[in-house]
Amino acid sequence: MPLVNGGKIADDSFVKLAVDTPLPEGGDVLVPAERFLSDTDALLKRGGKVGVIWPNNRDIGELVPHLGEIAVVALVFPSFRDGRAYSQARLLRERYNYRGELRATGQVLRDQFVFMLRAGFDSFEVKKQADAEAFMQTAKRYSVFYQPTGDGRITALHRRMQLRHSEGVGT
Amino acid sequence: MYAYDEIDRTLVNERVSEFRDQVQRRLSGELTEDEFKMLRLQNGVYLQLHAYMFRVAIPYGTLASNQLRRLAHVARKYDRGYGHFTTRQNIQFNWIKLSDLPDALADLAEVGIHAMQTSGNNMRNVTSDQWAGVAPGEIEDPRIWSELIRQHTTLHPEFSFLPRKFKIAITASDHDRAAIKVHDIGLRLIKNEKNETGFEVLVGGGLGRTPFIGKTIKHFVHGRDLLSYIEAILRVYNQYGRRDNIYKARIKILVHELGIEKFSREVEEEWQHIRNSSLQIDDEVIEDIRSRFIYPAYEKLPHMPDELRQAAADPDFEAWRKNSVAAHKNPGYSIVTISLKPIGAPPGDATAEQMDALADLADTYSFGEIRVGHEQNLALPHVAKRDLPALWKALDKLGLATPNVNLITDIIACPGLDYCSLANARSIPIAQELTRRFANHELANLIGRLHINISGCINACGHHHVGHIGILGVEKNGEEVYQITIGGRADESAALGNLIGPGVKFDEVADVVEDIVEAYLALRERPEELFVDTVKRLGVEPFKERVYATR
Repeated sequence: MPLVNGGKIADDSFVKLAVDTPLPEGGDVLVPAERFLSDTDALLKRGGKVGVIWPNNRDIGELVPHLGEIAVVALVFPSFRDGRAYSQARLLRERYNYRGELRATGQVLRDQFVFMLRAGFDSFEVKKQADAEAFMQTAKRYSVFYQPTGDGRITALHRRMQLRHSEGVGT
Repeated sequence: MYAYDEIDRTLVNERVSEFRDQVQRRLSGELTEDEFKMLRLQNGVYLQLHAYMFRVAIPYGTLASNQLRRLAHVARKYDRGYGHFTTRQNIQFNWIKLSDLPDALADLAEVGIHAMQTSGNNMRNVTSDQWAGVAPGEIEDPRIWSELIRQHTTLHPEFSFLPRKFKIAITASDHDRAAIKVHDIGLRLIKNEKNETGFEVLVGGGLGRTPFIGKTIKHFVHGRDLLSYIEAILRVYNQYGRRDNIYKARIKILVHELGIEKFSREVEEEWQHIRNSSLQIDDEVIEDIRSRFIYPAYEKLPHMPDELRQAAADPDFEAWRKNSVAAHKNPGYSIVTISLKPIGAPPGDATAEQMDALADLADTYSFGEIRVGHEQNLALPHVAKRDLPALWKALDKLGLATPNVNLITDIIACPGLDYCSLANARSIPIAQELTRRFANHELANLIGRLHINISGCINACGHHHVGHIGILGVEKNGEEVYQITIGGRADESAALGNLIGPGVKFDEVADVVEDIVEAYLALRERPEELFVDTVKRLGVEPFKERVYATR
């Protein structure tokens, strides 16, 4: 499954561990939430970066005390129809100011890329090779956005205000 | 009329390109039907019994004449020469080819029409009062706020994969023509003691297999906080709405299971985090949207012009005027409802020729504007009273002057088993038969206001729960059986109807309705007592006795 990071296909340095897989000596690991929470100190003490796979039905607030210590938060789309992780992503970025890698995992398909980027995801475990290759092109599908999110894109309402002021309308 | 600017046009065009790419990937086999299904639904494309069905949004029910002509063009060029207006201010085309859809969308985009989110588990087309902006006594035009919500909900990055569909309706009049109490969010525009605009917010209304009347979650949300408050409701719903069972996934079930107090506390907590964010709307933003609504330059015209006085001698004209013409906030003008319920025809259908002709009439008599209401009728919102006789003649020639608005033959019905893959029973033939039974205008008028709603399955697209008489078709041992309720209503006093007894067969439905109506005529205290009020006063029992005594 190709990983798209920083807009292009990239190598994934992280190894995914199950709840009971022995912890490797070194290297970067992605661990399930329950393992991370029950074994936080041991995980953080070793060399190598630690990321957490956070399920979409668990309160993201529980992870907040650890956000400074982890390198990746991987949120899960069990099906592309299940949109709970979009809310978790926005909370991480906009409320809890998480600035590390925010990864979309699960059924990640081309037609969700724009929504995911707007919600704050910056890396993607893409289901299909062709979709991963089409990432940059797909990300540029839209130039107009109606809603403010934490992604910094200017909204339509805001752009209209700028136009009004530059044209001197209403002044 | 809201006029799109370059920003709105760009977005709609980008959506057309995206959908063209998605269709192309489906046709080439790159996308599976399962993957494509959600993508097409997000753009209003269903797979029905016989063909793809294409649902196009008419946000808050406002159409310009050039837009209506373009809908006629789509009906003619890509479909079978007609369209079907729905209960949520959409129009459906029933016979379109998948490969034609991108072109049809591109044609519509040229006049600022789209099909975004007319289906799928996302925020649907925002609906409002079809008399918005012209109804006497309205607090202010709710379409300004509807448009604000339309923009905010379009391609929302967080709420495009909700547990289930999500519908918002707005009214700004005491009399609710937008059925806000049976929506996921209902908004009633009000003023506070400082004369500032805000909204009473209702949540958790809806029909379907578990019907609920919406409950008030907040008595006053200031206009500047409207988007953040809606966002807070949606965020709670997106996270906690049920996803394990499609029939329990609507917000009404979450509200019911948590209770309105707990649900509102959750929303309140979320809202406190986001209310002072960039979601806050300042007056300038509202003014900007308002400035792109074009209002007619009304003339000062007489309340009772000679033309109207003379035409009053014609009983056919008078029957139509009394039935279909309503008061306008400007006394020289009227609101004219156009019945799409001719006797013996499917409710809500209009041919391409009728749409073109209506667009011309709108240009001549209604400042180029047409409205679409949830009762599946159209309206011309700004007709000078002196023009009423000429307009009536023209409508009559088109078969669009049936004087049955709000009467027993003004039936709301879903497409039913004739088109729909979900249906268990036919709806349209029941409606057709009922209109024939009550075709006599004197009789219909004697009966007075009476809404019949028909759904061909438990999903309740015909809103049968809130019909004064509700008819629900189900399947029992391979046969169509119809359950009949009475006493429902969809307005400001919204209520769910009560079952009168065991279901009846297809060819008994019209007889049963006749029995109910005869019972009402015998039981009402005076001619002004509406059917629904008689039911409220006496309950189901006397009607039940009458219907089942001989069955």
